[in-house]
Amino acid sequence: MASVAAHLPATPHRRRKIRLGRIVLMAVLLLAMAFYLMPVYVMLMNGLKDKSYMTLHDMWKLPRDLSGGGFGYAWDALRPNLGNSFKMAIPATVISAIIGAINGYLFSKWKFRGSDVIFILILFGMFIPYQSILIPLIETLQEIGLYGKWYGLVAVHVIYGIPVTSLVFRNYFSNVPNELVEAARIDGAGIIGIFRQIMLPLSAPAFVVVGIFQFTNIWNDFLFGVTVVFDPRNQPITVALNNLSGTNSVDWTVVMAGAVVAALPTLVVYILLGRFFIRGLLAGSMKG
Amino acid sequence: MATATPVTREIAPAEVRRAGRWSLERFAAPGLLSPSIIAIFVFVYGFIGYTLWVSVSNWGTNRRDLSLRQPLLGTYEDLFGQTRFQIDLRNTFVFTVIFLTLSVGSGLFLAILLDRHVFGSGFFRSVFLFPYALSFITTGVAWRWIFNPETGINLLLDQLGVNALLERLGAGPLKPGWITDPSVVWQVNGALERVLPFTSAINAKLGIPVAMIPVCIAAAWQLSGFAMAMYLAGLGSISHELREAAQLDGASAWRTYRDIIIPLLKPITISILVILGHVSLKIFDLIFAMTGKGPGFATDVPGIFVFDKMFGAQQYNLGAAASIVMLLLVSIVVVPYLIRQLKVL
Repeated sequence: MASVAAHLPATPHRRRKIRLGRIVLMAVLLLAMAFYLMPVYVMLMNGLKDKSYMTLHDMWKLPRDLSGGGFGYAWDALRPNLGNSFKMAIPATVISAIIGAINGYLFSKWKFRGSDVIFILILFGMFIPYQSILIPLIETLQEIGLYGKWYGLVAVHVIYGIPVTSLVFRNYFSNVPNELVEAARIDGAGIIGIFRQIMLPLSAPAFVVVGIFQFTNIWNDFLFGVTVVFDPRNQPITVALNNLSGTNSVDWTVVMAGAVVAALPTLVVYILLGRFFIRGLLAGSMKG
Repeated sequence: MATATPVTREIAPAEVRRAGRWSLERFAAPGLLSPSIIAIFVFVYGFIGYTLWVSVSNWGTNRRDLSLRQPLLGTYEDLFGQTRFQIDLRNTFVFTVIFLTLSVGSGLFLAILLDRHVFGSGFFRSVFLFPYALSFITTGVAWRWIFNPETGINLLLDQLGVNALLERLGAGPLKPGWITDPSVVWQVNGALERVLPFTSAINAKLGIPVAMIPVCIAAAWQLSGFAMAMYLAGLGSISHELREAAQLDGASAWRTYRDIIIPLLKPITISILVILGHVSLKIFDLIFAMTGKGPGFATDVPGIFVFDKMFGAQQYNLGAAASIVMLLLVSIVVVPYLIRQLKVL
């Protein structure tokens, strides 16, 4: 709907004012962009520098050539941990998405007395500081032989992923009309049949959203990685990057390159699937 | 399940049939949910209970000892008596206030700018949100170099000629210590003691630890995009008719935002404050990677304290007690929010 004002002929003065406003707006946005991209510039440019002829004093300058700088060393140092992170994050994401889909379906379409309260009690689990469960968690993992193992880390991420994945799927399935479920019931479909025949075929977008959200969360985790796995060779990339950054024998070009390497997988997901990423972020913050 | 209605009504035949046929499936949903419910009750509530027990036990060394301490809350007394933990609570407060102000403020600002249908708004939105996809460790590693006083920003100030200009004006070079600055400015201990005499028991300097400011900037850099995305979603749901009505009434863009749009965004602001507030109360990774404890514990927080006590000093009861304090702080923010959600479910 066009407003009345838009049909009024704009006076030259008014038009100039609007144009000036647009220019100021764009300038502010470009300035903000410079701020948001500044750390990327620092990481990328310093990662590409060769320390033999660039010093820290040249931090803000462009690299003199594209020899790769610290990337070669960072790649060699971090490759095993990059593998560990993939080995951990992919199964954990898939399993927790499946569990979340089942829970979300039941919590939205098969409510029973007290199910909403139980749902909220489960949700509380995604807000707790994990420091407050670390001692019993590690003791339990030691007891059942999962301590120090990558699949132990998978189990931990699956369990503590239950709240958020259930939340996103519950919100998603709530929008599926109840009539659809009722009709299937009358046709004789059971609780599992309805899930398989009606809910699952509809749930691809929710799986993408949860998949991205959980992959990013798990990939970026540090606390579980550093406490559940003690052997540096088995630790995820975030822990390895932090160790690299704290090592004095390693120069800054390697640390910067390492930061880029560690960030790349989630960044690629973000760039390719940004729309779903935003949906996950909004759904994970409880707004349906 | 059907909710009880006070008025007796005629039951439709279909419902009777369904109730009979589906009586077994009444137990199917709780049954299928039970693995998740049990897992959460053990791994969240059970484990919190265990940590609570550890926090009142004698397990203060590497020898596991779960006997109860006498007096029961002795470890908590020790904890709050420690200057370091007092500093940690001060830092959490300062960090939370500055970080929330920066990220909610800039998130709202950016969302309003992008709401003006500028050229390339999708691109700008992606740029402002991408740090959210990174880990706190990456953020910490990058910003540590930017706020290193020997390199980073200070070097940029030099090379851009800012300091040369300042010196010509007789103001001396601008060379802040950033994350290495141990000073605490705007101390209020004296003033507080005059009003509340019992606060003289506080050993920590109550003020703003200067080294914490760069950490707040890094955290806001990472999470302001989240606030922006939330606000953009909210702005998208405010009807154009409403905005146009306001403009027709002669309201300027500024007044439209101030008097109509921002008040309408209040529920979103609350959501953002709860989500980012609970993140800031349990902040750990970012500070661990960026500054650690900082000079004179200037950037220490309970998350790092717990980690140190559990995995460094092996004072498990002290670490557990500090983690319970963290949990309580988070609960104050989150539990009312969850209860409100329950009402709208």
